Amino acid sequence: MQAVIQATMDFLKLYWAPLLCGLVIVAVLPLVVGYIVLVERKLMADMQARLGPMRVGPHGLLQPIADAVKLLIKEDIIPDNADKLVFWLAPVLSVGAALLSIAGLAIGPAFQIAKDINIGILFVVGVSAMGIFGIVLGGWASNSHYSLMGSLRSSAQLVSYETAAGMALVSGLLLTGTLNIKAIVEAQYNEGIWFVMLAPVAFFIYLVASIAETNRAPFDLPEAESELVAGYMTEFSGFRWSLYFLAEYTNMIVVSSVATTLFLGGWLRPFAGVRFFNFLDYVPSLLMMIVGVYCFVRVPKQPVMVQKIFMVSVGYLCLAVALVLFVPVAAPILKPSLREAVAPFYAGIHGAFWFIFKVSAYIYFFMWLRFTIPRYRFDQLMRLGWQFLIPLSIVNVLVVGVALIVGEYFHLHGWAMLLVTTPAAIIALVVALMILAAGQESQAGKENAAASDFYAG
Amino acid sequence: MLDKILFYIFAGLAIASAALMVTRRNAVHSAIFLVTALLATAGIFLQLRAEFLFIVQIILYVGGIMVLFIFVIMLVNLDVALQQIQFARQKWVALIVALALSAQLGLMLWSSDKIPGQGIPVLAAPPASELPANSEAVARSLFGTYLLAFEIASVLLLVAMIGAVVMAKKEK
Amino acid sequence: MLPIGHYLFLSAALFIIGVIGVITRRNVIVILMSIELILNAVNINLVAFSRLYGDVAGQVFALFIIADAAAEAAVGLGIIIAFFRNRETVLADEMDLLKW
Repeated sequence: MQAVIQATMDFLKLYWAPLLCGLVIVAVLPLVVGYIVLVERKLMADMQARLGPMRVGPHGLLQPIADAVKLLIKEDIIPDNADKLVFWLAPVLSVGAALLSIAGLAIGPAFQIAKDINIGILFVVGVSAMGIFGIVLGGWASNSHYSLMGSLRSSAQLVSYETAAGMALVSGLLLTGTLNIKAIVEAQYNEGIWFVMLAPVAFFIYLVASIAETNRAPFDLPEAESELVAGYMTEFSGFRWSLYFLAEYTNMIVVSSVATTLFLGGWLRPFAGVRFFNFLDYVPSLLMMIVGVYCFVRVPKQPVMVQKIFMVSVGYLCLAVALVLFVPVAAPILKPSLREAVAPFYAGIHGAFWFIFKVSAYIYFFMWLRFTIPRYRFDQLMRLGWQFLIPLSIVNVLVVGVALIVGEYFHLHGWAMLLVTTPAAIIALVVALMILAAGQESQAGKENAAASDFYAG
Repeated sequence: MLDKILFYIFAGLAIASAALMVTRRNAVHSAIFLVTALLATAGIFLQLRAEFLFIVQIILYVGGIMVLFIFVIMLVNLDVALQQIQFARQKWVALIVALALSAQLGLMLWSSDKIPGQGIPVLAAPPASELPANSEAVARSLFGTYLLAFEIASVLLLVAMIGAVVMAKKEK
Repeated sequence: MLPIGHYLFLSAALFIIGVIGVITRRNVIVILMSIELILNAVNINLVAFSRLYGDVAGQVFALFIIADAAAEAAVGLGIIIAFFRNRETVLADEMDLLKW
């Protein structure tokens, strides 16, 4: 017994920092997700030429808090013949899988909870795949036909696009030779080129598959309101529904982070190692300064005193962040002896900024797609996944592999690899167009057959 | 010491989940307990420093095979089946046979170093820091020494896929 | 790593529970799930010995067993679905078409 307590104390002494980071993330993530939802509503409003939530707080900035309070105090309804254990378990599984996969992500070179695991990116993808259980069991436990059908459709969609996403990741991983997340970003630093330019078809496949993986439009049939009410989430109310919601947006963050790490250079600045582009180091603080100044400019236009104070404080916050971003870059210039001391701060803070910036750009693209493209019908969705994306991703793996072997033979590195990977991408694109053309012909053939049948009767 | 605690936690979880799995009336509950047992097995793999197998177990077994099981259970779930007898008529004989098997196994394991000439030569395992990087080692072995087995496994999976599609197709 | 006996005992216990599930239950799907449990017990055994001898071949073999289990589960469940469509039952006792 004494040994057990001793072992626990040793464990805590060794791993207190990652555990604390984990706790902080679990506590802060619901708030972050709430604000992502607010950003989505504001973007939706902007693209639809209106203003979005404006009432709660200045410019609606306190809307997520009001939403959270509302969801927490709502009545918790359990359907009559629902299986209570499974009904409780399903949202927990979804949220648990999503939050656990965040542990494997590296936000900067130093911010990683599960440090340096051998199977890095596979851990993130695999654990987030466990969220499918939450959906399937949730639909079944609701004891309702629509929920069951919605959950079966949703999980069939997730499983289908998981294969395509995995193969797309494989063609990206061929370029690194390792699954370790830090090693992947360092490989992009050493090559000096982001892998999105070396494997663009893989990035495109992963983009489409990740939209389907997170049940976002245009693949959101299972949760569209005009379809099966809310699919598997129909019978869950209040806090349980907010757990599912949290799981969906956390999955969005995870999937964007995986794409950012593997394809968009992780926490690297654009042109990371090149001295000529060192002026890009000032871009983060400049951006935050512009946002802060904009907040100050809008202060006189606020109608109420509380809102004025709020805007001023937000402005000061942005300027503080800009200062924090500016110091690690400016200090080595003013006092060259500080360069070594400041380097880890520079790498950490600027790395985190660029990572969050790229993840936000990816999520912005998700949201943009949602407000632009109409929804796919379920059979169209499945056909796209199985008959277009999976063959394309397999062909892409083959073609990128051959390109890499040719590149190794001629000892190409960095930007020179574009010489071999661009023809590979073109071949993959041609194959994609051929698959699409073959699909069109069979569709046209079916329609002809149907029409002729009609007239034959 | 941490190794030991983790092993006992995962082993206890595995055995408890397995025992619960074979005794539940509701097939979906059985499936959930099998998922827990598989996750505990994945934990044992991780404790044995087999990281690649840990994640493959989670992706394939838990995320693939068990989802398939739950789909099929939902498709064939009859309320009538819940009211019927769950255990076969031969359950007592079966239990005696299983107990005999477990007695045999237990005796073999317990006496492995007590009867001279019997048992496994227990070597000292290499310390964890001397193990090569797991994914690389598995990949080297899989695509090097065991390449033929790998290709045969892919043909096996292809045949199984075709078989499953043919089996489950509806007659037109 | 703990002494190998611990892992062998765990593997044997899971194996026995799986065998009890296979020969005692009537529901064919639970029988298939118990078979998966048996395969997992074997996997634990293989990986434990792979760690003991430092040879990664045990883990590769376990990987093949997982792939094989996937194939077998898929085909087995296909058969169950096909049978269910015809006879509306999933109880092993009632699947007696070949009995005299």
